[in-house]
Amino acid sequence: MKKTDPQPVGFPQISRRRFVTGMAAGAALLGMPGSLTAGAPRTNPAPQTLRGNQFDLSVNYLPVNFTGRDRTAVAVNGGVPAPILRWKEGQTVTLNVTNHLAHDTSIHWHGLILPSNMDGVPGLSFNGIKPGETFTYQFPVNQSGTYWYHSHSDFQEQQGHYGAIVIDPAEPDPVAYDRDYVVMLTDWSDESPHDIYARLKKEGHYYNRRRRTAGDLWRDIREKGVAQTWREREMWNDMRMSDRDISDVTGYTYTYLMNGQTPDANWTALFRRGEKVRLRFINGSAMSIFDIRIPGLKMTVVASDGQNIEPVTVDEFRIGVAETYDVVVEPAGDHAYTLFAQTIDRSGYARGTLTADPSLRAEVPAMDYAPVLGHRDMGMGHGSHGGHNMNKAAGKMDHSGHGDMSGMDHSQHGADMDGMDHSQHGSTMDGMDHSQHKADMKGYSLHGGRPELGGMQGVWHTNDLGRAGHGSNSPIVHLPSEHGYGVDMRSEMPANGLHDPGIGLRDHAERYGRRVLNYSDIRNLTPTLDRREPTRELQLHLTGNMHRYMWSMNGIKFNDAEPLVLKYGERIRITLVNDTMMTHPIHLHGMWSELETGDAEYIPRKHTILVQPGSKVSYLVTADAYGRWAYHCHLLYHMPGMFREVRVV
Amino acid sequence: MKLKTLVFFCSAFVTSQVLAQDAMDHQGHGAHESHNTGATTAAGDEPKGESGHGAHKGHSMPQSGEHHGHHGDMQVPAAANLEHAPDQPDHVMDHEVLLTKVTIDQLEVREHEGSALEGSAWFGSDRNKLWLKTEVEREEGSTENAELQALYSRAIAPYWDLQVGVRHDFQLEDGDSKNWGAIGFNGLAPYFFEVDSALFVSDDGDTALRLEAEYELLFTQQWILSPEVEANFYGQDDPDTNTGSGLSDVEAGLRLRYEFTPQFAPYIGVNYEKKFGNTADFLRAEGESTGETTWVVGLHAWF
Repeated sequence: MKKTDPQPVGFPQISRRRFVTGMAAGAALLGMPGSLTAGAPRTNPAPQTLRGNQFDLSVNYLPVNFTGRDRTAVAVNGGVPAPILRWKEGQTVTLNVTNHLAHDTSIHWHGLILPSNMDGVPGLSFNGIKPGETFTYQFPVNQSGTYWYHSHSDFQEQQGHYGAIVIDPAEPDPVAYDRDYVVMLTDWSDESPHDIYARLKKEGHYYNRRRRTAGDLWRDIREKGVAQTWREREMWNDMRMSDRDISDVTGYTYTYLMNGQTPDANWTALFRRGEKVRLRFINGSAMSIFDIRIPGLKMTVVASDGQNIEPVTVDEFRIGVAETYDVVVEPAGDHAYTLFAQTIDRSGYARGTLTADPSLRAEVPAMDYAPVLGHRDMGMGHGSHGGHNMNKAAGKMDHSGHGDMSGMDHSQHGADMDGMDHSQHGSTMDGMDHSQHKADMKGYSLHGGRPELGGMQGVWHTNDLGRAGHGSNSPIVHLPSEHGYGVDMRSEMPANGLHDPGIGLRDHAERYGRRVLNYSDIRNLTPTLDRREPTRELQLHLTGNMHRYMWSMNGIKFNDAEPLVLKYGERIRITLVNDTMMTHPIHLHGMWSELETGDAEYIPRKHTILVQPGSKVSYLVTADAYGRWAYHCHLLYHMPGMFREVRVV
Repeated sequence: MKLKTLVFFCSAFVTSQVLAQDAMDHQGHGAHESHNTGATTAAGDEPKGESGHGAHKGHSMPQSGEHHGHHGDMQVPAAANLEHAPDQPDHVMDHEVLLTKVTIDQLEVREHEGSALEGSAWFGSDRNKLWLKTEVEREEGSTENAELQALYSRAIAPYWDLQVGVRHDFQLEDGDSKNWGAIGFNGLAPYFFEVDSALFVSDDGDTALRLEAEYELLFTQQWILSPEVEANFYGQDDPDTNTGSGLSDVEAGLRLRYEFTPQFAPYIGVNYEKKFGNTADFLRAEGESTGETTWVVGLHAWF
């Protein structure tokens, strides 16, 4: 437990009282009984559980009060979260969903493999559910594990329209446990989601209350000297970007909920002495990525995105928006434990208690230091992230949109470019010089010769793909469409996101002695089903402009994009290159995203993949589901642009 | 006196907002259409053309039009956090919103019965916007200058907008009103300098150049010091408006604001104005001063 300098660059720890933790504090001030027992006042009941295979769900408005202010949530069957749906693998479920809102609604069954017309995405799967109408979903349940459901209409996810799905396996469960709980993490704001979105559009850093200050600069100069500080600041200043830009929306407006309970309301899970408890963590947030730990307890991760994995024991793990992780813990009977979920930017936390004795509760730990972005988060290679890697390459990095690509781009591709399918048409690497891409566009348009395969909307590699399970070794190609006003950064040397626990967690092992889960730790419990090699590879870049608050893929936003077309039955690789400094959870509907962790025998199947800033990650997809599917960033306010239709024909 | 000043500013602002509303009706649709074509161009027009994707308008959501309607018969909740702008569709991925931002950069009272307003408003999409900018200055009880610009603004680079339009200088006691054509760049320069630059050509051939730059230094997340400088150049002498050719005037300010919220921040500061060259000569001839430093108290806000 070595303690090092608590702040790499150093700025005041935000007090954990700075964000709204709920009502109980206010109640205490008013002279209410101070003893926070299990009977503490709850304004919002915990979600009920519905079992069976026939369900009537009604989407309605619900008065709520999480912060002391009366607001209206969008609820299912009068609950926020919506009821936990408990299904059995092998059954067919029927769900009659009635819309009592003034607006369209929908339910998407997140992570479920089902027919496209049951997927619940308005405009792709169906027309949405009109006010007053009932839509009947019916589909067979051919999987087990922890999933969730939520609205795919408007910004209703932010307003409370989310709930858990637990599917009990048909065969005996390989995971041994005595008791299980759903732990759903969400972010609540008293503001309307449309206001939040508009504020971000008008001032991208609106919710960032950790911007660099003069004090930070002074501290840097004292610690590192003027010259070193200047060099470190130079690139950020030149690029007009903030190294404190971790979350778009923060605890400044959010109150973080665990199963609908504020930190002060303290959702409490009870167990009997000696029991093994399975906790099914679901991140149902609109915008918040959480780091979860239970001080005093090791967590054995047994499932990821609903799929069983080889158990791996950790102290802490990150859960991206829309991911699920199941962990098994063996708490001691005479202790209380805090379930602690701090946000990636440390601007707030959700909290609950695990205890055998309702009269006990554990201390709530202080939040860890807040992360600061470094060079690797800008896709500038593996240099130390303290910023000591500043060199000419940094200065040359193309960020102005005026094509200062000299050097950076070509060096790394060189001969590898043969692997791109346009090379067969005789175009050369010169085609990569974007500063003159008008002339060389022809090199790319040859992709368009296969519009049925996605045309120009992505780079398709067909040669030298590398073995299934081992990821991509194709060159990084930035399409000309990435050179518009909507893209403020391109990763020239993206790091491999696989072994990276993510910003803010990278030093937790040495600093706090915690073992932190990363993607390379995850191995499927059962052998890979589809052993084929990928026949082609789609390289898709996650792009955006934080200043204008625009998000896109390959610089093209959904409204302007062609569908990505896959042939039924084919096995492809998708390589996501993150050309932004945000961590994006990318969700493919209808088909598994089989994460290439380096072990081809036990490839884990996920529905949502976290892509680290300035990094790349690869996964395999078997296009075994006909129809139109959504493929998008699951950060709610990135969805308007960072979204594609995937069409399997 | 102060009150009258404020009323004047407010009415000027209301006027500009009305203008904005007017313009919205045209600009709104224009923005939508040209937005699509514009974005397509930026996203690589050649490839699309060659691969036969040219006519892809509306391909994204064939049925989406049906969902944009609202349902008057349903009871709409009054809760503020459920407000739903009428132009916003119910499909998240379709959210191509048109927004309006009104910024009161400076609304301030100055020493010696002075006051000033500098503000702007924009309406539009990511790429295309209509901008209105206004500057009004009063000294010793009389309006020294008042202008309004209406500009079409187009995003041309990650941090830069090209702005083209007209500027109107209102008729004041000693001088005529004047109309200018305007072209300039507005954006964020490296090192986080907010820059606004414009070249003006009047209907009688006069020329002018304005350069503005502003910086924000955060002491804390709430206390923000904002240095700012503006310089005006003219291509000719114009005794009517007391402007001389070459560098005419420089205004520099230093304002310390406290952001109660990011949208509402009162400030105190100091403002320095200096006239140069022939402009200074004109003023000297009229017995007026050519330089002044004043304390200011004001409000910075946007919504």
